[in-house]
Amino acid sequence: MKVLVPVKRVVDSNTKVRAKADETGVDLANVKMSMNPFDEIAVEEAVRLKEKGVATEVVVVSCGASSSQETLRTALAVGADRAILVDCGDADLQPLAVAKLLKAVSDKENPQIIIAGKQAIDDDANQVGQMLAALQGWPQVTFASRVDVADGKVKVTREIDGGLETLEASLPAVITADLRLNEPRYAKLPDVMKAKKRPLDTTTPAELGVNVTPRLKTLKVSEPPKRQGGGKVADVADLVNKLKNEAKVI
Amino acid sequence: MAILVIAEHDHATLKAATRNALAAAARLGSDVHLLVAGSNAGGAAAQGATAGAAKVLLADAPQYAEQSAENLAALVVSLAGGYSHILAPASSFGKNFLPRVAALLDVAQISDIVAVVSADTFVRPIYAGNALATVQSSDAVKVISVRATAFDAPPESAPSPVENVTVAADTGLSKRLGQELTKSERPELGAAKIIVSGGRGLGSGENYRKLLEPLADKLSAALGASRAAVDAGFAPNDFQVGQTGKIVAPQLYIAIGISGAIQHLAGMKDSKVIVAINKNPDEPIFQVADYGLVADLNDAVPELVAAL
Repeated sequence: MKVLVPVKRVVDSNTKVRAKADETGVDLANVKMSMNPFDEIAVEEAVRLKEKGVATEVVVVSCGASSSQETLRTALAVGADRAILVDCGDADLQPLAVAKLLKAVSDKENPQIIIAGKQAIDDDANQVGQMLAALQGWPQVTFASRVDVADGKVKVTREIDGGLETLEASLPAVITADLRLNEPRYAKLPDVMKAKKRPLDTTTPAELGVNVTPRLKTLKVSEPPKRQGGGKVADVADLVNKLKNEAKVI
Repeated sequence: MAILVIAEHDHATLKAATRNALAAAARLGSDVHLLVAGSNAGGAAAQGATAGAAKVLLADAPQYAEQSAENLAALVVSLAGGYSHILAPASSFGKNFLPRVAALLDVAQISDIVAVVSADTFVRPIYAGNALATVQSSDAVKVISVRATAFDAPPESAPSPVENVTVAADTGLSKRLGQELTKSERPELGAAKIIVSGGRGLGSGENYRKLLEPLADKLSAALGASRAAVDAGFAPNDFQVGQTGKIVAPQLYIAIGISGAIQHLAGMKDSKVIVAINKNPDEPIFQVADYGLVADLNDAVPELVAAL
């Protein structure tokens, strides 16, 4: 069984991003980039499915600029078998376009399971997995915290408001990974070296026959209103007094 | 053209975030219809009828008992023809099915809006709320998820008519095997007026419960947690406040032993009043706190409970 995992190169989660002064976007000059954290969890889950003998091949795919090769190599170093870059240059890629590109890749690769991160931490859209499932006419199981595959079906426990629910879906299916699904491993140096030799193919939206023209136009990107904090209280009595008599919230 | 809002409900009652989504829809300037898709969902439909919509559409059938993304999306797409906008709360309910609707309609989704600029232009946070993007949609139908905390719920209205709509066929793509819902007397995290939230500084799950539960009881507050506390197993995942957890904006947010990583601030910085209790005065949480108390939480929290 083949597992396909889409991965995205994003700003590192420890970076504080700011809007540019001219409000045309965010300032990404000299910013550290990493694999989207939820995609790391998705890759780890796919590799574990292979280690358990459920999956036979793990293919990672990234849609973006050629620099996304770095992200694909990272995924290869933790155990993916091969990688596909959909080189989109510096195009403004929106979730619907990414879902269409991934569907085109999926149509060629015929995976039984696609595991995606639930959300990319740059645009915070939380859309691609669900859209991809819709375009394929497949079931979707989002926000997964446990995945079991058996008898052509997948049983997934998912995080919902107020608790957990367990769903069963027929395969092929799209799963999106939530935080508690697993703890991704770190790549060891020999694996990083080996990953350099694994196959990485490149294709383009034109070759896949997908129009990636953005549907949303960004008119401006601005700083959020700044919160005036920094107030201090001397002790617990002072705190209770201020909450009661100044803020009047208790 | 009218505007369609998809209700989040548990069949018997309407969830609070539905009202916030209705408030956002009301800014778009046309008639708002509320779709209640459920099984034996007359209770939720009756509550929806006084929530400010011009009309409630009730799709009552067994295939909506589990509210699966596949079946809900198929239903919404079958109704979409008459609408200029389709909205749902940006809760785990809305996040699950709404992108499926957008893809089936071949339109973009505008996620997690915090303001309506005009009928085609919206403001949404990106990069954990460190920037606000103003985006304009050129699609024929605008599919939008709404951040509940950004829109005040409208007042109760006189009852509007409830109309039954033709249901879509069961897709049969997935089925629910079980559910484990946290039983709690406390208010729902997303709708609570006061939230007591704990971070890694609490040291253990036992300490989290021992220190925070009495405080939450005293204040009738919901319990929350930072991602670090959830990662460390101190609190369940659905307590998580932050960029990829819940976005909250209560009247009072008490952050205890929370350092204030940007991902956490993204989930709570719109709270009206923020209190931080932490022994390290240099933690970033103090930069957003109205009332910062530099103290050992093991002493300060029991003292606070006693003083209330």
